Amino acid sequence: MAEKLLEIKNLKTSFRIRDEYHAAVDDVTLTVNKNEVLAIVGESGCGKSALAFSIMGLHTRAKIEGNILFKGEDIANVAPSKLNKLRGKNMGMIFQDPLTALNPLMKIGDQIGEAILLHNNTLSKSQRREKVVNLLQKVGIPRPEHVFEQYPHELSGGMRQRVVIATAIANEPELLIADEPTTALDVTIQSQILDLIKDLKDDMDSGIVLITHDLGVVAEMADRVAVMYAGQIVEVGDVLTLFEEPLHPYTRSLFNSIPNAHGTQDKLHVIQGIVPALQNLPRSGCRFAPRIPWIDEAAHEEQPILHEVKPGHFVRCTCYKHFKFPEETKEEQHHGVS
Amino acid sequence: MGFLEVKDLKVHFPIKGGIFGRTVDHVKAVDGVSFTLEKGKTYGLVGESGSGKSTTGRAIIGLNKITSGNVTFEGNDITANNRSRASFRKDIQMIFQDPYSSLNPKKRVIDLVAEPLRNFEKLSRKEERIRVQELLELVGLSPESILKYPHEFSGGQRQRIGIARAVALKPKLIIADEPVSALDVSVQAQVLNFMQEIQNELDLTYLFISHDLGVIKHMCDHIGIMYKGRFVEEGTANEIFESPQHIYTKRLVAAIPEIDPHKREELKKFRLEVNTEYEQAYNDYFDEEGLAYGLKPISDTHLVALPEKG
Repeated sequence: MAEKLLEIKNLKTSFRIRDEYHAAVDDVTLTVNKNEVLAIVGESGCGKSALAFSIMGLHTRAKIEGNILFKGEDIANVAPSKLNKLRGKNMGMIFQDPLTALNPLMKIGDQIGEAILLHNNTLSKSQRREKVVNLLQKVGIPRPEHVFEQYPHELSGGMRQRVVIATAIANEPELLIADEPTTALDVTIQSQILDLIKDLKDDMDSGIVLITHDLGVVAEMADRVAVMYAGQIVEVGDVLTLFEEPLHPYTRSLFNSIPNAHGTQDKLHVIQGIVPALQNLPRSGCRFAPRIPWIDEAAHEEQPILHEVKPGHFVRCTCYKHFKFPEETKEEQHHGVS
Repeated sequence: MGFLEVKDLKVHFPIKGGIFGRTVDHVKAVDGVSFTLEKGKTYGLVGESGSGKSTTGRAIIGLNKITSGNVTFEGNDITANNRSRASFRKDIQMIFQDPYSSLNPKKRVIDLVAEPLRNFEKLSRKEERIRVQELLELVGLSPESILKYPHEFSGGQRQRIGIARAVALKPKLIIADEPVSALDVSVQAQVLNFMQEIQNELDLTYLFISHDLGVIKHMCDHIGIMYKGRFVEEGTANEIFESPQHIYTKRLVAAIPEIDPHKREELKKFRLEVNTEYEQAYNDYFDEEGLAYGLKPISDTHLVALPEKG
């Protein structure tokens, strides 16, 4: 049995909009084990980043309900002073936008050094410098001594992202949350960065939460995948099951909408409509129903829950049993006529 | 005779230095690029950030000054940056990367979309309104939305407004600079499908600039791979993706994540091989300055930047 590192139980993160609280993360239950990559997939506005920020305790004004157990200890709603002992040390986060994640007025070396200093003040200045240079080397930055003295604006996007990663792994965290770590990068750099995250998992036995909308990245990295839509998990399973047999209409729609360099689709599937804004989220019934209007209402559950279809493979709502893409339906009708 | 011919295009930016602000050196953003676009087809320009792909697109439409080289559009030289160019401006339009910053937030949709019409055509208020509404319908937005402001639209809808602007003057060539990079996957699918539809409808030619190889393969007939301002390889989509010849292209294609978790190990091994080959053969494929050599044809459509000596 794999060792549980992070357990999220019935997490609900709500934001206040015009005096009312709306849940951006709605009743999410997930576990991350040691030496495991859990990918969280979904469009923007589905609550992926809100979930990540909740784990790290970075929401300042949100109402957080439920439990977040990190190695058995509840870290939801604890004081920042207590969290600060964990953040950056036991838990690291790679932020999406490397330009805003770095302090423009601080030298690269000092920024990474600060993360080390805050959790370990026994090192001398020169020892710390040595450690930072090693980290820079580890993330594949050429001429680390030189980059140590540079400012963020002097580096390219890929280099900056590596600095953000170096900061996140400076204290060898047991849990690493990577929020779209490679979205802004070119493919060759992307594959280098993903390898780096994989090494971290293998070397330090860390658990990794990888947030992305790139299913190619998921296929290469993840052990398990959770698909999120409108604040809820709609499907969870191990990566092989989910890619071979995606069940939920949302998961299947995502797969069909991506132009793939190895595939040969003529026309991409378009998911009708958009992810509704937080205050307009339907709070009852199947939340994906408005985007697949051709599916009979009776196919949905009234209060959709996660069903375990196979050990470890969960799907929300019953509509997956009746789901077909409009093109498929047309073809069938066509065959019926001829 | 090609539809658009780019010959030995160079765009160099001066680096100013010293107390007099004299030009001390040049950044060779585009350094001798030649390619031809066929009418009604989509040509993909691929490269990492900083490879000069956007500069090439901007130079063709006249947003960057051309240092040397020729751009010929339907047989007419449009290189010179002067008034003779004006008549071609109508025929070449651009779709920009970021739908959030490329639309003036203070203007209503009708003014945004009508702007190119006002520049080139004299229409009455009523005619203009009808044209704008037609255009909005074409891009799938409701004609009632002409009085709205950009912030009232989602990212995909904004990009469609950008497209409506680009097609307003019935151009022949559209330069699309990372048109879907800022968009979500489902919206991306919508915009790509739509771009293909209007291509057929209006007989458009695209110069499609992107770093996303999945999108490039989906959209393009011909592809040019750029590295440090030069082409390293050019060919049909099939040639580039199925039998890349230049070591740089090989590495690029190998780095694309595959949507099949079963192939993980296989791909990892393959990538390692390609990377080793890349490091070993780097000096054979690039000159002393790390630049690519000139393109040499290896078939009718497939050109590779190979060194002078075999």
